[in-house]
Amino acid sequence: MTVMLSTRGLSKSFVLHLRDGLRMNVLDGVDLAVAAGECVVLSGPSGAGKSTLMRSLYGNYRADSGAIWVRHDGAMVDIAAADPRSILAVRHKTLGYVSQFLRVVPRVPALDVVAEVLLTRGVGPDAARERARSLLMTLNIPARLHAIPPATFSGGEQQRVNLARGFIAEHPILLLDEPTASLDADNRAVVIEMVRAAKTRGTAIVAICHDADVRDAIADRLFAMSPYQDAA
Amino acid sequence: MNDPTLLSGRGLGLRFGGITALAEVDVDLWPGEILAIVGESGSGKTTLLNVLSGRIVPDSGVVWYRDPAGQLHDVHVMPAPALRTLHRSDWGFVHQDPRQNLRMSVSAGGNVGERLMAQGARHYGDIRSAALDWLAQVEIDADRIDDLPRTFSGGMLQRLQIARTLVTHPRLVFMDEPTGGLDVSVQARLLDLIRSLVTRLGIAVVLVTHDIAVARLLAHRIAVMQRGRIVETGLTDQVLDDPRHPYTQLLVSSVLSA
Amino acid sequence: MKGYNFAYLDEQTKRMIRRGLLKAVAIPGHQVPFGSREMPLPYGWGTGGIQVTASILGASDVLKVIDQGADDTTNAVSIRRFFARTAGVATTTATAEATVIQTRHRIPEKQLREDQIIVYQVPQPEPLFRLEPSRIETKRMHGLADYGLMHVKLYEDIARFGQISISYDYPVMVNERYLMSPSPIPAFDNPKMDMMPALQLFGAGREKRIYAIPPWTRVRSLDFDDHPFRPINAAHPCGLCGATDAYLDEIVTDNHGGRLFVCSDTDHCAERRAAGHAGLQEAAE
Repeated sequence: MTVMLSTRGLSKSFVLHLRDGLRMNVLDGVDLAVAAGECVVLSGPSGAGKSTLMRSLYGNYRADSGAIWVRHDGAMVDIAAADPRSILAVRHKTLGYVSQFLRVVPRVPALDVVAEVLLTRGVGPDAARERARSLLMTLNIPARLHAIPPATFSGGEQQRVNLARGFIAEHPILLLDEPTASLDADNRAVVIEMVRAAKTRGTAIVAICHDADVRDAIADRLFAMSPYQDAA
Repeated sequence: MNDPTLLSGRGLGLRFGGITALAEVDVDLWPGEILAIVGESGSGKTTLLNVLSGRIVPDSGVVWYRDPAGQLHDVHVMPAPALRTLHRSDWGFVHQDPRQNLRMSVSAGGNVGERLMAQGARHYGDIRSAALDWLAQVEIDADRIDDLPRTFSGGMLQRLQIARTLVTHPRLVFMDEPTGGLDVSVQARLLDLIRSLVTRLGIAVVLVTHDIAVARLLAHRIAVMQRGRIVETGLTDQVLDDPRHPYTQLLVSSVLSA
Repeated sequence: MKGYNFAYLDEQTKRMIRRGLLKAVAIPGHQVPFGSREMPLPYGWGTGGIQVTASILGASDVLKVIDQGADDTTNAVSIRRFFARTAGVATTTATAEATVIQTRHRIPEKQLREDQIIVYQVPQPEPLFRLEPSRIETKRMHGLADYGLMHVKLYEDIARFGQISISYDYPVMVNERYLMSPSPIPAFDNPKMDMMPALQLFGAGREKRIYAIPPWTRVRSLDFDDHPFRPINAAHPCGLCGATDAYLDEIVTDNHGGRLFVCSDTDHCAERRAAGHAGLQEAAE
C-alpha cells in the first residue's frame, strides 16, 4: 500500500523563554508511517505528545529535527523543511486537519464556514453550498442553523461544523484531533461512518481518540506514545 | 516554491537620528497572500510599511516590485510619476484614519469614482454604477452615494476608504491598522469584509497591526518586529501557536481573550 | 509721451516677458511665472494683460481693447487710451482691422486670423484653485498630469445638479496635456479656442503667471462621454441685430422687468446692423 505520510527521527521541544528558558522535550525521534486507506490512532497517556505530534505533522508546530514526508502531487514533500508557501500548498490540496475546537470567525454563517473550503478549490458557489448543506444535515445540524454564525452554537454543534469543514474537501491525508469528543452516541456513529467512507476513498488518517468504542471502530492500528520517548 | 514574489525588501535599514527604525529587514510577499507585520509601538512596523510602499526612502537596502508584465522595478528609484501612477492603479493604501485618504467634501460616489476617473474613465453613468457596485460590496447603503463623508460613522468611513482603494482592482494593498480605533462590533464587520474581498479578488496585502487576533484572522504569514528587526516569521498559525523567539512568546502570551 | 519708453515698460522688462511668452508658447497651457511689474492701475484691472500687450506691441500694430465684449466700457477705453499715449499705436474697434486684441472675459464673435494675437486678462490662472488650496500640490498635479480632482468636481456637479454647472472659466485640456483656466470667458466661448488660427496669450498680473496657446492647438472642454460639453447661451436673438449665434448680454431696460438681449460683442453687432440686419428691439418679458 502507498505510504502517504511518514516521519523519520522527528523531534520537537519547547523553550519557554518566559520561564527563564525552561526546555520541555516532547517528541524524541518519532518514526511513524501511514498508508493510504489506513487509520492510525495515536495512543498513550496525557503528556505523551499526541497533540504535539499531530500539530507537527500539520506543520503547525515546527520540528527541531527529523523529517515529515507527505505524498503531495505524486512526490514526497518534507513538511519539516518546507518553506511556508509549500506548506500552505500541501495543506490546501493534500493534508487536512480537524482540530478539537472550531475557531470561530465572526459573522460567517455555518453554511459558509463549510462551503468556503470548496469555494477555494474552485467549486461554484451553488454547488459548494449544496454539498455543505448536505454534509451539515448528515451531521445533524438542522437547516435552521445553517444561516447562523456558529459562535452561539453549543460545543457539540460547533464541533460538528468543524468536522464538516474538515471532511468536505476530501483531502488524501486527514489528521483528526478528538473528532468525537463533544458528541452524543448518534453523532459519534455518523463520524465513524464518515471516517470509514474516507478510508474507502483511500484517505490516510491519523487520529487522536480517547473514546475506546470509537477508537476500536476506526483504528487499523495503534501508535503507542509515551512521554519523552519515541514509540516502539 | 519557485513562483516569483510580488514585492521584496532586502537589507532595509533606516535611522531617525539616533533611533534605529529598521535594521537588516528582509521581506517577501507573493501574489494573493496576506502578510501581517505585528509588533508593539516603536517596533518599526509602520516605518517598514512606508518604506515598502515607497513613501519613505530607506538608508540602505532595496525594495523590488514586479509589475503585471513581470518586470522588476526598484521602488525607490522609480520616477515620481511612475510611482504615483502605481499608487493610483495597481497598488492601494488603506490608512488607519480613513479621513487621510478620503475627500471629505466630495460625495461618497465621487470618492469611489475618483481613481477610475484618474485612470481615464469618461462615462458618468459607468462611473456611477461602479461606485454603486462598490458601495454595495462594502455594505454602504446605495442611497448614501451622494452624501458627504462628513455624515458617515467611523466604520462607514473605513469601508468607504476600502471601496475607494479597491475600485481599480489593485494587486497589492498596504493596510495600516485598518481596524484601529473602531468599536469591536464594527471591527468584526470590517475584518469579515476585508477577509472576503481580499480572498475573492486575490489581492496581496501587507497588513500592519498590533492586534494579534486580527493577524490570526486575516493573514497567511506573519512577521514579528521588535525594535526595527524582524525577530520571527512564518505561517500565522506556526508563529502564534509555536512561538520560538522570546519576544514572540511574550506577545502571544499577553493577548487577552474574551 | 515724454519720460516713458515705448508702450510704458522698459526694454529689459519686455525682454523678460517675451522670454516667458516663448516658454509659454513652447508648453501650451503650462503656467510660467514672471516678474510682474507695478503698473499704473491696481491689480484686478488687467495689469497682466497690459504687460503682455506692452511686450508684444510694435509701432505698426493696430490695437483693439474690449471688456466683456464691449469697446466702450470704462476699462476698455482707459486701456486703449493708455497704449495710444505710451506707444502711439493705431487703435480700432473693428475686430477685422486689429493685429493685437486685448480682452477681458470674452472672445470676439468674428473668427480670428493667423496674423492676429489675442491677449486675455486673467484674474486666477490656476484652474484647480477652488478645489485644492495648496500651490505645492497643484504644481505637482500639473507636473504629473494628475487631474482626477477636476473630474471629481464635474462628477459632483452632475450628481448634484444633473449637469455640469460651470458657466464661465470652464476648465479645458490644452494639447491633451495641461489643464488650463481659459480666464472668465463664458463657456459659450470655449469652442472658439479650439484650433484657433490666432496666437492666444494669457497674462495674470496679480498672480504673476503667463500662459499661452499656440495657433492651431487642440483645446478641449472637460466633460463626460454621456454628458458632453454644451455651450450655453440665452435663447433669444439679439434685440438690435437679430443674431442667433452670438453671446448675448441681458440688459434691464426699466423698472417693470423689461429686458433686452443684445450682442455682448459690440463690434459684431454694429457690423451686422451696418450690413442691414435688424432685431426686434423689443423688451422681452
